[in-house]
Amino acid sequence: MMTLKEVVRVGIADMNIVKEPMTIRTSGLGSCVGVVLYDEKRKVAGMVHIMLPDSNLGKSDRVNVAKFADTGIYALMELLKAEGVRPMALKAKIAGGSQMFQFGSSDTIRIGPRNVEAVKNELNRLSIPIIAEDTGGSSGRTIEFNPTLSILNVRTVNLGTKEI
Amino acid sequence: MNSENPITDMHLDVLKEVGNIGAAHAATSLSQLLERKIDMHVPNVKLVSFDEMFDLAGGAETIVAGIFLRIEGDLSGSMFFVLPLESANHFIRRLIGDETFNFSSPDLPEIGISAMQELGNILSGSYLSALSDFTGLKIYPTVPSLSVDMVGAIVSFGLIEVSHHSDEVIVIDTQIREEGEDGISNIDGHFFLLPDPSSYVTIFRSLGVM
Repeated sequence: MMTLKEVVRVGIADMNIVKEPMTIRTSGLGSCVGVVLYDEKRKVAGMVHIMLPDSNLGKSDRVNVAKFADTGIYALMELLKAEGVRPMALKAKIAGGSQMFQFGSSDTIRIGPRNVEAVKNELNRLSIPIIAEDTGGSSGRTIEFNPTLSILNVRTVNLGTKEI
Repeated sequence: MNSENPITDMHLDVLKEVGNIGAAHAATSLSQLLERKIDMHVPNVKLVSFDEMFDLAGGAETIVAGIFLRIEGDLSGSMFFVLPLESANHFIRRLIGDETFNFSSPDLPEIGISAMQELGNILSGSYLSALSDFTGLKIYPTVPSLSVDMVGAIVSFGLIEVSHHSDEVIVIDTQIREEGEDGISNIDGHFFLLPDPSSYVTIFRSLGVM
């Protein structure tokens, strides 16, 4: 019998989790960073599409935790914990954080690299090792994680597709 | 904006009118440039989520030639001129008189890139000067920058400023169409004007609706 391979989509400033055989995907990452947390043995994974480095940058009353590196990764970890995943078992793969344009306000110009840095700091704080990354540059990325194989597929427009 | 100053349908209608004035000017410029009849209109002005914003541009993964510039002065915001690759090729081939030009090729000829940037400059300039005349606000656009990539990657850069304040953005969407000799539209592009939330009040005050 054929089983349909289901893909869970994660929007910008959004997060979700999957179990095998489902995969999880986010499209069109530019300066944003896609962070995957996964448990290799249990074949469970979560993805968050981070837009900004620091929730202190938020100026609205309602805070969307998934938008920021410092709150989003923690919130994703909590989601996975609720599914019975032990934080100790978690590993990370990250992609994104490119510099799509060479100008902007001083705040936005380096937003890609700053997002990557903030993501790494937060993962370090939570003692989650980064197994692989594809960050920086000036290309957009679409990423899809397969929890069965613990592989992150990274597609760019000009540089083709790779698996990390 | 906040709960005390909600954005109403009337506000959006007024922005639509403003957008149509800018679009009419930009269409005239483009018609002269291409010696073709170009139609631009504002199908809608909406408050949308970031993901909906990408959908308006064809979906986050759609590959486009995207011109981005920032607006500074009395009001601030981001402006995008987004063309699907086929439309961008058609446009630039006509402008530079080189039928082989292709945005998909790995080595883009410099002349095509600068033609595209110049096009962005002319169009956004005429659009924004109309906006400035109409509102009485001083508006200074930055030099436009080009990227050929996924819509999501391009447009999200212009949403960074907005994302500090909100998860939604007001989009003044302008559709661009060229009426070909055979009646078939060869260009299907968009102009997106995304005011920073801090500028909403400025715009509405200048238009006398707040």
